[in-house]
Amino acid sequence: MKIVVCIKQVPATNDASIDPQTKRIVREGTKAIMNPFDLYAVEEAVSIRERVGGEVIALSMGPESAKNVLVEALSMGADRAVLLCDRAFGGSDTWATSYALARAIDSIGGVDLVICGKQAVDGDTAQVGAGIAAKLDMLQAANVMKVESIGADAITVKRMNERGWDVVRLRYPALLTVLKDINFPRIPRLRDARAARKADIPLWKPADIGADLDRIGLKSSPTQVVKTAPPPARDNVTYRIEGSPGEVAHAFVRELLDRGLLQEVRSE
Amino acid sequence: MKLVNAEERRNYSNVWVLAELVGGKELQPVSCELLGAASGLARDRNCEVWAVALGCDLSAAIDTLAACGADKVIAVEDARLNAFNDELECNVLERLVRKYRPEIFLGAATNRGRALIPRLASRLYAGLTADCTGLSIDPENGDLLQTRPAFGGNIMATIRSGGFRPQMATVRPKVMKAPDPDEHRKAEVIRESVDDGDTAHIKQIIETVIRQETSVNLSDARIIVSGGRAMKGPEGFRLLEAFANRLGGAVGASRAAVDNGWIAYPHQVGQTGRTVQADIYIACGISGQIQHLIGMQSCKTIIAIDTDDTTPMMQLADIAIKGDLFEVIPEIMKQLDTEHVSCINPL
Repeated sequence: MKIVVCIKQVPATNDASIDPQTKRIVREGTKAIMNPFDLYAVEEAVSIRERVGGEVIALSMGPESAKNVLVEALSMGADRAVLLCDRAFGGSDTWATSYALARAIDSIGGVDLVICGKQAVDGDTAQVGAGIAAKLDMLQAANVMKVESIGADAITVKRMNERGWDVVRLRYPALLTVLKDINFPRIPRLRDARAARKADIPLWKPADIGADLDRIGLKSSPTQVVKTAPPPARDNVTYRIEGSPGEVAHAFVRELLDRGLLQEVRSE
Repeated sequence: MKLVNAEERRNYSNVWVLAELVGGKELQPVSCELLGAASGLARDRNCEVWAVALGCDLSAAIDTLAACGADKVIAVEDARLNAFNDELECNVLERLVRKYRPEIFLGAATNRGRALIPRLASRLYAGLTADCTGLSIDPENGDLLQTRPAFGGNIMATIRSGGFRPQMATVRPKVMKAPDPDEHRKAEVIRESVDDGDTAHIKQIIETVIRQETSVNLSDARIIVSGGRAMKGPEGFRLLEAFANRLGGAVGASRAAVDNGWIAYPHQVGQTGRTVQADIYIACGISGQIQHLIGMQSCKTIIAIDTDDTTPMMQLADIAIKGDLFEVIPEIMKQLDTEHVSCINPL
């Protein structure tokens, strides 16, 4: 089984800034981590390989510093890693990003299964997984909470819906996006972490993956950020209550009655 | 599709809403909310609102879609559309979009929508903006302006995909307001079918489990008692359950509480959880990070209980109670009994 796991480097906190010109996220100078949902994707990929054999390739796109999250994936058990790294990829939206990742997966060749996290915590769009599957004409299952069985020609998984769940069977090649419920990501052993740091991670450019330059980067992205603004404020005056618990409770219930938010009920 | 010139732009018209159905027949309220938003956009664009429904039994859904503002309904009725099959629905929708060329395509940011619509946008080479909280038409060029929280909600970004059609967006349930249904309103129904080609390469759905009654129904709750980091552990949430039961409400939680494993994910309110529009939202020991506020700030009355009255939540609240929630909440429950009062029954 040849498995690609897609991971993204994201800002560790939400205090990163926005470039006033491009309106895109400034990633330089902020502490960066692996997108938390992707830890579950890496764990699932490695544990599937441990069960059925094969190879796990960790794939990311970003600046050279994104190698760090690939090293983390290697220390968790991925066999090798690839980073799409070139100015030409810069400013890609979810369409252009999924195009580049799909090209890379195609270049890796013979991939049976692609696993992604549910979404990235910086963008929160959950669009890249389905975008990759569409471009590679792979079957997809989003929000996977459990892998039920791994067959020779298909994988059966349980995925979450609003009102319950489905059990679905996907013939390879297939793409899954996974929820946190699916597993407990392992903590890398010190020895593995040390070995991972020495790993050679190739940087792939558009030419290495046969990417059409009219399909990557800011200019080829269908969505453009035109404006950013602070979130809207709520227009109200806060009524403050302080005192002993008893006093507070009394004042609060009186206030709710005054506002018509409470009504009398018949006691039994 | 990428537009090459202004002429091509005129080939695309009308605002489409993809109906959200459970089990291929049960129309979800979010579809009416989307039709409300679509009607406003269609007015500004001087075009029609079309609903697209894919399911196995659409008779009831079509009437509701018409009543909520659809001028036309494309109905694809097929036994194979009883469950959600990403590839099948994507194939059908791709054909329909290429055939009828909508200018704007709106869908629900539900689990289904967030899996299906990116696949469709990817196929079409169209711009897609997830989880929009605002949609409007640029008066200068008629493009769709899509506003969404970005960066964990620290900023609101306005996005356009002017050079591409259709312009696609998803909206979460409870973000837009549903219009009052007009039962006399009728829509023209266009029947389309599933082609053989649509089913050539799709997944197999072995089993679908639909829970009739979800134990956690935050989206519909009128009163929500929600807890954060200050609940200290799962025991804290038992107090909130008792409080919520007394008020006839549901229990919500911040991401911190869920990530700590004190309460299950379906209770999470906020950008990565549910968006709620309750009449009363009681935030207990929730500091009010912007990601949480985005999920609940359109509740009518917000009440905060916290020992620290400088937190964003205590500033934002309509009523801010300074105190130890473990002491205050039992006192409030006692007081409610003393006064023989409870929250107004929303029904």
